[in-house]
Amino acid sequence: MAVSLREYRARIKSTESMKKITRAMELIAASRIIKAQQRAQSAAPYARELTRAVSAVATYSNVDHPLTREPEDPKRAAVLIVTSDRGLAGAYSSSVLKEAERLAERLRGEGKDVVTYIAGRKGEAYYKFRNRPIAQSWTGFSDQPSYDVAHEIGRTLIDAFLADEGEENAVDEVHVVFTRFRSMLVQEPTDVRLLPLEVVEGEEKPSNGDVLPLYEFEPSPEEVLDGLLPQYVQSRIFFALLQAAASELAARQKAMKSATDNADELIKKFTRIANQARQAGITQEISEIVGGVNALADAQAGSE
Amino acid sequence: MADNDQLQVELVAADRTVWSGQATMVIAKTAEGDIGVLRNHMPVLSLLDDGVVSIDPVDGERMYAAVDGGFLSVANNRVSILAQFAALSDEIDVEAARAELESAQAAGDDDEDAANRARRAEVRIRAAEKAS
Repeated sequence: MAVSLREYRARIKSTESMKKITRAMELIAASRIIKAQQRAQSAAPYARELTRAVSAVATYSNVDHPLTREPEDPKRAAVLIVTSDRGLAGAYSSSVLKEAERLAERLRGEGKDVVTYIAGRKGEAYYKFRNRPIAQSWTGFSDQPSYDVAHEIGRTLIDAFLADEGEENAVDEVHVVFTRFRSMLVQEPTDVRLLPLEVVEGEEKPSNGDVLPLYEFEPSPEEVLDGLLPQYVQSRIFFALLQAAASELAARQKAMKSATDNADELIKKFTRIANQARQAGITQEISEIVGGVNALADAQAGSE
Repeated sequence: MADNDQLQVELVAADRTVWSGQATMVIAKTAEGDIGVLRNHMPVLSLLDDGVVSIDPVDGERMYAAVDGGFLSVANNRVSILAQFAALSDEIDVEAARAELESAQAAGDDDEDAANRARRAEVRIRAAEKAS
């Protein structure tokens, strides 16, 4: 019995140190999430002003821009999946990937080929392990994305979208799958069609009383749109990355919280078993001693 | 409009609001040349070059900011300057910009990326120098 008692003590100890780790990760995630939310908030003015500008151009000029043009017969669709770089975030990555699978299924059902782009090491590993082709992947920034990354991803996707039919990598649609941060408790994987752009968005529409003025465009509406739209796409991607980062941290905090709770439970359970084992050992020892004494007494009584 | 003879200016970078407040005049460098915006300017939406934007706030001295491209939009006495990167002159690290300029120039003239970097570093240095 003594051996197993020692074993239980060792297990309790390792569970305790695990608990310390998960607790630390929980606290780190909790403090980072505030920063992530602040970043998302401070990126909002840019997105808002950009949306205003884009809808101004869209409303006051009838410009037909390649980025807004619906292809007649879409055959290939690009999907950008935003996952995390690190695990230990519960179902975060797998639910994004599941959503991506669903989207890919739907696109295939519509007769489109799916080209996959991935942000985040987890998604990359998932696709590599299954030997699926990845057009391009970006890693190493999932918990604090910078605008440069969004810029680069945007550039790549826009190039793919604008590439002529028949060229390698040319796609007719671009979708993004990311996790939307609703609240600390709710993060939902969502897919959004990024390109072709549907410019005027419900959420940022100017109110009715606020009539948009007649703009003068310099150098010309086409060129302004040329400059604006890619920025708009990039800012949308940046928004997706920031949301994903906040969601990842929230998911990690939740996962680590339950891991800590589980460790607590385990420690309680092991302590009980260990106490039982200790008690059993003591009882056995006592009964051995008593047995021995009795045997001695019996032997002495026999000799007298 | 808070007060009826001012412009509401927002200088916004991709990841933050760099400056926001009331101003009397804004000067920026667009693709077609410099533009000065006073009150009641007609609505304009224009592309900016990499350059220095100067803002005359209602109270305080003229401020300079370096921007990397971006847009200027003017409407209803509201000026928004949007750029991927924007920094006020007192936020600019001149030493870092000089180092960047040198490394970009060393990379050669035919490298478009390096040329862009050099131009942006120059703009930063210029903005910082104008302020001092």
